[in-house]
Amino acid sequence: MNASLSINDLHVSVDGTEIIKGLTLEIPKGEVHAIMGPNGSGKSTLAKVLAGHEDYEVTGGSVTMDGQDVLGMEIDERSRAGLFLAFQYPHEIPGVSNANFLRAALQARLPKGEEIDAVAFYKEMYARMDELEMDRKFTGRSVNEGFSGGEKKRNEILQMMMLEPSFAILDETDSGLDIDALRIVAQGVNSMRSPARGFLVITHYQRLLDYIVPDHVHVMFDGRIVRSGDKSLALELEEKGYDWVKEELAA
Amino acid sequence: MPHDNATLEAVSIDQAEGNFSFPEAYDYDAGYGLTEQVIDYISDAKQEADWVRDFRKRALKVFLDKPMPTHWASKDLENIHFDNIRYYLAKGQRPTRSWDEVPDDVKQTFERLGIPEKERKYLAGVEAQFDSEAAYSNVKEELEKQGVIFVNSTEGLREHPEIFRKWFGKVIPTGDNKFSALNSAVFSGGSFIYVPPGVKVAHPLQAYFRINAENFGQFERTLIIVDEGAEVTYMEGCTAPKFETATLHSAVVELVAMKDAKIQYITVQNWSNNVFNLVTKRGLAHENAEIRWIDCNIGSRLTMKYPGVIMKGRKARGEVISIALANDGQHQDTGAKMIHAADETTSNVVSKSISVGTGRSTYRGQVHIPKHLKGCKNNTECDALLINTSSRTDTYPAITVRGNQHATQHEASVSQVSEDQIFYMQQRGLSEAEAMSLSVNGFVNDLVREFPMEYSVELKRLIDLEMEGSVG
Ligand SMILES: Nc1ncnc2c1ncn2[C@@H]1O[C@H](COP(=O)(O)OP(=O)(O)O)[C@@H](O)[C@H]1O
Ligand SMILES: [Mg+2]
Repeated sequence: MNASLSINDLHVSVDGTEIIKGLTLEIPKGEVHAIMGPNGSGKSTLAKVLAGHEDYEVTGGSVTMDGQDVLGMEIDERSRAGLFLAFQYPHEIPGVSNANFLRAALQARLPKGEEIDAVAFYKEMYARMDELEMDRKFTGRSVNEGFSGGEKKRNEILQMMMLEPSFAILDETDSGLDIDALRIVAQGVNSMRSPARGFLVITHYQRLLDYIVPDHVHVMFDGRIVRSGDKSLALELEEKGYDWVKEELAA
Repeated sequence: MPHDNATLEAVSIDQAEGNFSFPEAYDYDAGYGLTEQVIDYISDAKQEADWVRDFRKRALKVFLDKPMPTHWASKDLENIHFDNIRYYLAKGQRPTRSWDEVPDDVKQTFERLGIPEKERKYLAGVEAQFDSEAAYSNVKEELEKQGVIFVNSTEGLREHPEIFRKWFGKVIPTGDNKFSALNSAVFSGGSFIYVPPGVKVAHPLQAYFRINAENFGQFERTLIIVDEGAEVTYMEGCTAPKFETATLHSAVVELVAMKDAKIQYITVQNWSNNVFNLVTKRGLAHENAEIRWIDCNIGSRLTMKYPGVIMKGRKARGEVISIALANDGQHQDTGAKMIHAADETTSNVVSKSISVGTGRSTYRGQVHIPKHLKGCKNNTECDALLINTSSRTDTYPAITVRGNQHATQHEASVSQVSEDQIFYMQQRGLSEAEAMSLSVNGFVNDLVREFPMEYSVELKRLIDLEMEGSVG
């Protein structure tokens, strides 16, 4: 059994159009991998397909998590098995408070008949909210409803911290964040880095990677990973722009 | 029609459901069908005064003369076979069955809802009586000290005509609709309550305290009179499903709030799928009085219920807050009637409906503000949630506002639980059914808060249970 999230020659289509065209990537626990790429290259598609979104059809390849087949699992099974996706566009859930939602998510991880310890839960949640500098009033507010872009992203990180996944995919968590919020969110993510956890950080800009320093950087273009390297690749990309990758590919 | 009970038993609607059978013979019921003899039988059994007997007989004529309201309401009403119904069973003559005969899924539902042992038997029809004397006796003593009268309709009309006769059948006249006429002819059970001036009843009065064979009858009649400056909350029903053998339920509830009085009437009903639940509920609010209907309807084959408030005195207030859930094969036809009949009266209607599968929800609202009045306000909000594409919902708001010295506001929305919302929730580890339940609970959350604590907890569990079968 290998302790990693392992994607092998993955092909994905939507309505007959291939979007992911043979993607291979291995994220061992303990590492942070970043995927960068121009808009439309298929980054969010990859994230959603890993989470099990039904709009996307996997036409080839495999995904395993700690050696276990992921593609055969239901969406919620994947989550409970330790896969977390911080959404680029987090959904609103009218009428359901943040606290109740988190509680239900944690409860779903307990064996039948076992009840979550409410006191411990609130203690933990408040501690995490303090780290993320989130006001306590967010516990009672409906999930993401009326939240600003930045508040939604913080809320995603709060959920990640509470659910303690073994693999976390962060899809453009930096977009919509001002510099202070970016720093706070990055601190939250960094505090979660551990030998028992792997990260896939999707971003359009290198800025985030100043705060969450990756072990590996991959460049995605047109449904494939076209280049991999260490964190200096991100800087190079920032400097030369995505056109540089495109030109190299064409050459 | 054949006239021996065994044959009728075999052809009646509930038997078609095939759920239960009741081999006993009933020596003390009024037989099947609706005739003047049946009325006499009921009046004799209840030892009623002549004026009540006459009231019933007049109502029977009205009922027989009135056509079914199928020109606007569901054609399904035509499937009610009035000849196949037993209109009165004397106390203690309810059908019973043994606990072993109660289907397993029913038992499981009780388990899941956490219904206490004693109540399960009553609700499943194993016991005709629910012994709540212990719980009730404390309340009763307190009420007596305050001069509150809390009796059933028979006792109310027989022992306290000086109090109840004045308003009986006045808020909802016999001829209001075909089913109020039916109820007026054959009513039994229900609660008659009088609260003297200035008395604020501390605890909600519950129909539950007084459950007996008659109380949860098919044709309940309730009249609540709250005198000047007095206050009361009344609760009926419970979240546990009632496994009914009788398919037609037609209650009439009249409320009278005198000057400065307040009445809050809370209903939670969860009928089995074979029940026609056709209820007329209306309150009369005098000067500066307040009447609130808080209503939750789940289940039944067809529910038709439009609680109303007539605001007769200056500054009177009326409110209807309702939740309806129509699951597969069910039709919730609900709404509200707000009749403004004095200056500066205020009404508020908030209705939320959930339609699942082939379930259907209809909202019918009527707000009437005549031209000669000043300073009236109405707010109406109705929101419908559709759980899948085959669900349907209709809204028929009728707001008649004449004159320009009023403020009205109307909002309606139809929404769906989106696939992306469910995906988001599932990504956090909730099963599809859990995600759906939580979404639905979220939709009604602000209204559920209006129910007393113990009801709101049960409601949540009930919604979970209803949603379980709706996905997959
Ligand atoms: N549900 C969908 N239906 C149709 N096309 C889609 C869908 N999701 C993504 N696409 C298309 O797939 C491509 C990749 O999109 P996306 O994964 O969002 O890219 P990125 O996140 O890298 O900007 C785009 O051309 C987009 O229009
Ligand atoms: Mg994207």
